[in-house]
Amino acid sequence: MKVAFYPGCVSKGACPELYTSAMAIAEPLGLELHELTEAPCTGAGVLSEQNPELADSLNGLTLAMAEEKGADLMTICSTCQGVLSNHNYHLQNDAQRLDKVNATIGDQGFRYKGTTKVKHLLWMLVEDIGLERVGKAIKRKLTGLKIAPFYGCYILRPEEYLGLKERPERKTYLEQLIALLGAEPVEYRGATKCCGFPMLTFNRDKSLSMAGNHIVEAKDKGADLLVTPCPLCHLNLDGQQPDAGRVLNKSIDVPIFHLPQLLGLAFGMSPQELRLDHHVVPTKGALEKVELKV
Amino acid sequence: MVLDALIAIREYQDESLAVRCACRSAICGSCAMWVNGHAHLACKSRLSQFTKEGKTRVEAPPSLPVIRDLVADMAPFWEKHFKVKPWLENKPLPSKPMEEYTVPNAAMEELIQEVICISCGACLMDCESFAINPDFLGPQALAKAYRYVGDPRDAEHRTRLGELSDRNGIWDCTHCYECVQQCPKGVAPLDQILKLRKLAVDAGFTTNPGTRHADAFAESVKHSGRLNELTLLPKSVGFFNVFDQLKTLPSAFNMARAGKLPPIIHKSIPGVKRIKAIFDRVGGRFK
Repeated sequence: MKVAFYPGCVSKGACPELYTSAMAIAEPLGLELHELTEAPCTGAGVLSEQNPELADSLNGLTLAMAEEKGADLMTICSTCQGVLSNHNYHLQNDAQRLDKVNATIGDQGFRYKGTTKVKHLLWMLVEDIGLERVGKAIKRKLTGLKIAPFYGCYILRPEEYLGLKERPERKTYLEQLIALLGAEPVEYRGATKCCGFPMLTFNRDKSLSMAGNHIVEAKDKGADLLVTPCPLCHLNLDGQQPDAGRVLNKSIDVPIFHLPQLLGLAFGMSPQELRLDHHVVPTKGALEKVELKV
Repeated sequence: MVLDALIAIREYQDESLAVRCACRSAICGSCAMWVNGHAHLACKSRLSQFTKEGKTRVEAPPSLPVIRDLVADMAPFWEKHFKVKPWLENKPLPSKPMEEYTVPNAAMEELIQEVICISCGACLMDCESFAINPDFLGPQALAKAYRYVGDPRDAEHRTRLGELSDRNGIWDCTHCYECVQQCPKGVAPLDQILKLRKLAVDAGFTTNPGTRHADAFAESVKHSGRLNELTLLPKSVGFFNVFDQLKTLPSAFNMARAGKLPPIIHKSIPGVKRIKAIFDRVGGRFK
């Protein structure tokens, strides 16, 4: 299946392991990735806050690029998904806004008709690829692992822009996938909460206590690891975890996996191929539970 | 409705059950509580929608003190509400006004979304910033503040924006959209907070990490088409804020050791000229 692939800034920056693992799982899933190399950053909601028209135009350009490829746009980041969904919703429902965007990107030789569908890999796995096909790609069941899902705000809220009113089951896809891979999903409140990353630069200690509290809650419920479809959550949950531990005065030590890394493991790839040896919190303990080594 | 069930329990099973309610029709805002882990008006929540395997979980929200059973102590909520001075400060009128003060319709239409707030507190009950920072003004008070900041009759427009830009104000919201999701009236408090951020920056209240973060973000996207994570953090914290800069060092060191530090030389996306041209054409703050 052909998709217009939007990797997002973080998978090309501080989380290269996400990009590597997403590329690795494409083949077993039958995904033909056409990367949108010239698409700009979504602005992560920061640009739209101070300059909504600018953010509309930048995201309109990305949506037009995907439209030109004639394929659905696939994200691997909850934040990219949320921002693109938000702008797409408004451009598809507000002709004036769309005209304005087209006047701006028209100068650059682009036009957005409003037909692009924006879908996170998580949604594609269930809705387009199908759990049956995912199941067939499994070579190694992750039996014995207890895995806590961590969605990230922007793939859950606001529901209106994300199509969650029509498809409320999207809020359960991580749990469904964890079970399909042979592991046990951990039920805890933090799964749908905020990792605190948007506040990291202005309110560091508060941001870190948010991240830390959710991981500790999952750990108390027996989680061996957390899995997230959002690399920004990953930056706070993994990258800042030792500091979050200091803020909470607790040792946390729970590894955080990107969604494609978890799938890759079940598809029989080695932890090194998925760059599971490039995390701040070592993945060793969790991997040993399924008899793997880094 | 969940509230009907609670009243039935109180009437026929346990008269000691404490529930706060009055209008039973989503107007008075008394019966906000946690139903299955999120804030809802009990009188507006269909029992069938909230029942899983024969069970519905109701509780007082954990972020507020509890008076008894399902009754949360709303004192912190009202304290925040009054902190933003939720009343009009009149502009000086001519000594002998000849006619009433009329407000253009369009100006009030802009505020109507906030005016419909019933002060039930559902947004604060699910606010993730409030859950870890009890001093945060919170979504209801900030949305209320926008109602007055945006009113052309108010004399305190600038003063209010200055105060709201301080600690525990508009920049302490974590942008999680829980308040938008839980508000039973469609007030969308986060949207109002974002409007306040723009108004505050436009009014010149820019010496805060939030504004520095937005400016550094925009600069990076304009010049390379993508985010430069390496410079975003120090620029947001402020280069001369040595104390806070030092606090970020252990994490930077951990990331570098794991091979997760973004490349020192930040590469632009192909066709970045196009992005610069869009910034220039749209204009505004980031031009």
